[in-house]
Amino acid sequence: MIKLEKVSKEFGSTTALYQTTLEFLPQSTTVIIGPSGCGKSTILRLIIGLIKPDGGVVYVEGEVLDEDNLNFLRHKMGYVIQEGGLFPHLTAKENVLLMAKCLGNGRTEIEDRMVELCKLTKFPVDALDRYPVQISGGQRQRVSLMRALMLNPDILLLDEPLGALDPLVRFELQNDLREIFQRLGKTVIMVTHDIGEAGFFGDKIVLLKDGQIVQLGNITDLVNNPSDPFVTSFINAQRTRLESII
Amino acid sequence: MILHPSLITIANSENGVKVGSKKFTESVILGEMVSQLARSGGADVRYLKELGGTRVLWNSLLRGDIDIYPEYTGTIVEEILANEKIKVDKELKSVLAAKGIIMSDPLGFNNTYAIGMKEEVAERLKIKKISDLLKYPDLKFGLTSEFMNRGDGWPSLQKRYKLPQKNVRGIDHDLAYRGLEGGGIEVIDLYSTDAEIDYYNLRALEDDLNHFSNYNAVLLYRSNLKEIEPEALNEILNLQGQISENDMIKMNALVKIDGEPESEVASDFVRKKLSITTQPKKDTFLNRLGRNTLQHLFLVVVSLSAAIIISIPLGIWAYKSEKMGKAILGVVGIIQTIPSLALLVFMIPLLGIGATPAIVALFLYSLLPIVRNTYTGLHDIPSHIRESAEALGLSAFAKLRLIELPIASRSILAGIKTSAVINVGTATLGALIGAGGYGQPILTGIRLDNISLILQGAIPAAVLALLVQGLFDLSENFIVPKGLRLKEE
Repeated sequence: MIKLEKVSKEFGSTTALYQTTLEFLPQSTTVIIGPSGCGKSTILRLIIGLIKPDGGVVYVEGEVLDEDNLNFLRHKMGYVIQEGGLFPHLTAKENVLLMAKCLGNGRTEIEDRMVELCKLTKFPVDALDRYPVQISGGQRQRVSLMRALMLNPDILLLDEPLGALDPLVRFELQNDLREIFQRLGKTVIMVTHDIGEAGFFGDKIVLLKDGQIVQLGNITDLVNNPSDPFVTSFINAQRTRLESII
Repeated sequence: MILHPSLITIANSENGVKVGSKKFTESVILGEMVSQLARSGGADVRYLKELGGTRVLWNSLLRGDIDIYPEYTGTIVEEILANEKIKVDKELKSVLAAKGIIMSDPLGFNNTYAIGMKEEVAERLKIKKISDLLKYPDLKFGLTSEFMNRGDGWPSLQKRYKLPQKNVRGIDHDLAYRGLEGGGIEVIDLYSTDAEIDYYNLRALEDDLNHFSNYNAVLLYRSNLKEIEPEALNEILNLQGQISENDMIKMNALVKIDGEPESEVASDFVRKKLSITTQPKKDTFLNRLGRNTLQHLFLVVVSLSAAIIISIPLGIWAYKSEKMGKAILGVVGIIQTIPSLALLVFMIPLLGIGATPAIVALFLYSLLPIVRNTYTGLHDIPSHIRESAEALGLSAFAKLRLIELPIASRSILAGIKTSAVINVGTATLGALIGAGGYGQPILTGIRLDNISLILQGAIPAAVLALLVQGLFDLSENFIVPKGLRLKEE
């Protein structure tokens, strides 16, 4: 269980997140959406402990997140970002195995897990020894996902994981990702600015604007019962141009 | 690591005589005589020639890094003991004695400033003494900039003799001689024992109003030399009163103009004048090259290794803590701005002369490039990579070891490379404080205006710098991870 309780965060003079209380249901996918700078990435970064809240408390797995349990709880979370965040000096395989090796997990256990993940993410086993610069952007995101899943965490945090990919690769990966989420039954929190993607993945959608929650619900709620004119204009802005032409 | 024996014994050998000399020819010849006489008196002798300057020699003598060196009374009064305002020579001896230093009787010649002209011009105009110049207000003067600015230099000389000449320019000493030859100038300043006096057939004018102080050559030695090496000292003191101005001019000329080795010139003089036969040490090219290479490598390897071991943690610290970072980068930056010669001289009261102070100075100069490149390399790691490492839950140490340092390795290595090349070049200055190395032939070459000698130091130093650079270029293949050396495909 992940919960934010009256959490606020400021960067200098700008408020990234006003006092926010938000609970994420286990084994479901929540998508956080909103325009740039609305504070959606801030929520993920607070949960993984890259930044500390100025006020309020973050709970992960029922525990208050603090310095002492930070790394322990991080091992129960997988984190994927837009650029992949792969370590350029390590091969795909080394990237995936890094943390498990540091924890001293057994070799066969690690290798088995690796093969399993390749299958799951449809990553070719023979490309495991390549370096990040030697594989495509889509493949890099698959490696990044494998790295996030290596320790079999209960929680998966994805910060615009498909944002940098071209439309075809993106479409393919969207399908693969949803299949993976459904199969694994993890608590997934995904950040995107694409309403179509949000509707495709999210059991629940959180729409943010200027550091505040505007509406919380599923995609049908957002379309049919907007709590604010902003909701409608945000959705309409993303109905494809194609639709309006043809 | 090969420790060259001469490098470690400088500061602490109990017996024997350690002779020093300044980095001009006359001093080197006198030091050579002292060394040979001490040797013939049965002592083990170490001759540290061509040390940086008066301060270096004087401080080393006080510390006992050297036991004896040739000096001039004027320099002692005006420069070394300038604060004591000494009037009479007798006073001088007692002031020195209070510091544990004994001054020998004068060796015989006075190497003071003099005013010189071409013999034939002087003869034609009938100029013998400086006051004769009053009659010729149109004479053209070419004076060294040092002489123009000294307390006893041109302004006071002009006042003293009421010299009327207006055509006075500053000029380099070596160019001054050529100017005399060409007739562009007619009067120059010189040292009264300059080799060139003979060579260019000059007349040194008599200082009839006694304007210039006496610069009588003497030997300064530590008072305990009497007890440690009495026989050697006796042999050395045979030089007292034996060297005339003419003798010295001739010996300077033999070395500077005819290119004879100082050791031979010194040995010849001692044999002819004192009837003492000494063994001048022979030094072949290969001998010299080998010794200089060993000494130079020793300086570079020790100082650079120490700098690497210290700088990388300092760079990491600077990266981890913003406050410390500013302080660390500030301090190593300031160190870099201290002129190298000044740093070497500062070090002498603390560490004496020889390899130790040179290594410390080189170490200090090697810090900045490595510290800064370590800091920059770590600091410039893209934030998404840094945060990914954190989000994985790696410990701070694992993150540093497995992610940050490998990614910064190319930058760190580049810093080390820069330090190494600077180090090889700067190490040539070590010769000024008795550390030897490739600087030794360069110093001698500059002193004797001998290009081939200069190249004997400069070429190996350049080759060594290239080798070191090549070595680090190669090591990049082992140190920088493969993933960082690949081009995007």
